[in-house]
Amino acid sequence: MVRLIASIVGAAFVLVLGIALFGSVAGVITDPVAPTAESVAHKHPKELELASNGVFGKFDRRQLQRGFQVYKEVCAACHSLRLVSFRDLQKIGYSEPEVKAIASQWVIEQPSINPETGEPATRKNIPSDRFPSPFANEVAARAANNNALPPDLSLITKAREEGTAYVHSLLTGYTKQPAALLKEFPDIKTPEGLHYNPYFANLNIAMPPPLTSDGQVTYADGTKPTMEQMSTDVSAFLTWTAEPNLEARHAAGFASIIFILLFCGLAWGAYQNVWRDVKH
Amino acid sequence: MSFPWAKQYEPKLPLTRWLDERLPVPRLVYNSLGGGYPVPRNLNYFWNFGVLAGAALAIQIITGIVLAMHYAANGAVAFDSVESIMRDVNAGWFLRYAHANGASMFFIVVYTHIFRGLYYGSYKAPREMVWLLGVTIFLLMMATAFMGYVLPWGQMSFWGAQVITGFFSAIPLVGDTIRIWLLGGFAPDNAALNRFFSLHYLLPFVIAGVIILHIWALHIPGSNNPTGVDVKGEQDTVPFHPYYTAKDGFGLGIFLLIFASLLFFFPNYLGHPDNYIPANPLSTPAHIVPEWYFWPFYAILRAFTADFILPAKLWGVLAMFGSILLLFFLPWLDSSPVRSMNYRPKARIAFWVLVADILVLGYCGGAPANAFYVILSQICAAYYFAHFLIILPIISRSERPRPLPNSITEAVLNKQGGTSPAHTALKPASAH
Repeated sequence: MVRLIASIVGAAFVLVLGIALFGSVAGVITDPVAPTAESVAHKHPKELELASNGVFGKFDRRQLQRGFQVYKEVCAACHSLRLVSFRDLQKIGYSEPEVKAIASQWVIEQPSINPETGEPATRKNIPSDRFPSPFANEVAARAANNNALPPDLSLITKAREEGTAYVHSLLTGYTKQPAALLKEFPDIKTPEGLHYNPYFANLNIAMPPPLTSDGQVTYADGTKPTMEQMSTDVSAFLTWTAEPNLEARHAAGFASIIFILLFCGLAWGAYQNVWRDVKH
Repeated sequence: MSFPWAKQYEPKLPLTRWLDERLPVPRLVYNSLGGGYPVPRNLNYFWNFGVLAGAALAIQIITGIVLAMHYAANGAVAFDSVESIMRDVNAGWFLRYAHANGASMFFIVVYTHIFRGLYYGSYKAPREMVWLLGVTIFLLMMATAFMGYVLPWGQMSFWGAQVITGFFSAIPLVGDTIRIWLLGGFAPDNAALNRFFSLHYLLPFVIAGVIILHIWALHIPGSNNPTGVDVKGEQDTVPFHPYYTAKDGFGLGIFLLIFASLLFFFPNYLGHPDNYIPANPLSTPAHIVPEWYFWPFYAILRAFTADFILPAKLWGVLAMFGSILLLFFLPWLDSSPVRSMNYRPKARIAFWVLVADILVLGYCGGAPANAFYVILSQICAAYYFAHFLIILPIISRSERPRPLPNSITEAVLNKQGGTSPAHTALKPASAH
């Protein structure tokens, strides 16, 4: 009885799947999927070599500091970094007084209240503050950016596929819309206020090219600030903001693996020893 | 119950003697996981996965309890509380990555355990109850894992919850009412997040309880083995301790090695980047995909694209739940008295086709829903149902199994059914 009911149920599912399959195949034949501009022109992020890549990865602190400078002087105008605190900068090599100075000189102040009247006010940042957002709220951010919302950058390199390489590719990937592509898809001309970038999912991004010329920032350590360099540095910095414990994780990983390997060796020995007289 | 030759617990210390007369917990442990449980001597490494599943559950419960001390189940702060665990809690990143990857390890282990049972016929008499309880544990695990994935309140959390609870709206007439009742609102929000957290904390302990029943039911007939032949006498078994505790210790080491590699070096490999974006009800991700362990079932759901008497969505939901529920009937669908596929030439081929089929379904479930993957899912989903509901019942009646060894010991001495899969799978049974 069970087998009879089962075969009926099974036949029903197979039949319905067969009908669905027929529909799908017919759909492919009668209405083949036309390639879209995205499927033709969207590019995979470029490879990016960073010190933090790979299982032995460690951060290059001078690079992180340069990347922080790019964030401070370029990105911070529009993008928040709301999960990171000023005090965290000590972990990339800034001293305590330096962090205090960076916090207190930060252009955007921390929202606060006037201690006498209770009116909304702002105060200077202190090391324990998170990085303040450049906009008071989403509406303000959209109003200032042609109705686009600049995403928070704290986790951006983990929130995109191959995030670190993606950020670098996006920053250096702005180009003129290829004429051949426009010829193939006449109605995808980049609209006014958007910018063509083949690394962006739908090819047209609201963010204007943030890095426009070599020497846009002046590095304190004398590194030549080419666009490629600035983009690499800020991508490295944003890798750190997304995964600040990467080095501790790698170190703990190696210690754990060595410990577990020792355990495996002993356990293997015990196993062989216990079973030595039993044929199995 | 156990075999008559099972060793009896003998308390040696005055304290253990005193305890044994009043609350014989050491006796219980001795009889279930100690020297008092005789186990076939020819188990291969696939029999390590039961203990590994228990270890994985323990890891999930321990890391989960500590995570819950730092997590806030409120839509406004849930995402940030998880990030504060990652950044500000001591070793918080370790706890969270261990818990997230621990879930994947748990499923890898349990899937291997289930396929072990399918291959060696561990679901057949007299172990049907072990199998039924096992499928129950699997269902509870899926519910727990789904609700756990919602808690970080990222984009995939939110939209996953939206899609999964949307299944209930496929029920005719009352579907939407049920969905709204389950969610506590029209869309996933605080009410849903809070009840998911409550249930996510509760269900692992329910799982632990069902595991106790699972082990209890297993100890009535005793463990199956690669030959599928019943234990005939004392020479066929060894005591669980020290023989299989030693072997499981080594298996646990290998498990931890893989787990640690994943956790410390590729912690986000199995996750989805979109879940690092805070939940936003106004922005739908380009591709909503569940975690990898749900992919085969997600592919079955998406394979039903045609209305036929019932709407396509209802077919998909019925098939998805049906694909798991049919496992409850497996002991009665497969009527072959031979347990191990080693001695069932046709069923073995069907088994390996099923494994490949489910892997392809998994791949399709994680891929974007374009025509190619939908067609592939439709073919594979059809085989999935046909395998369990039509092919296996027919094979189990028509095929002629190869001769079985007379006993486990005989198989071991002839070097068949030994610990290595090569011995169990490749040597023709007619060799003896």
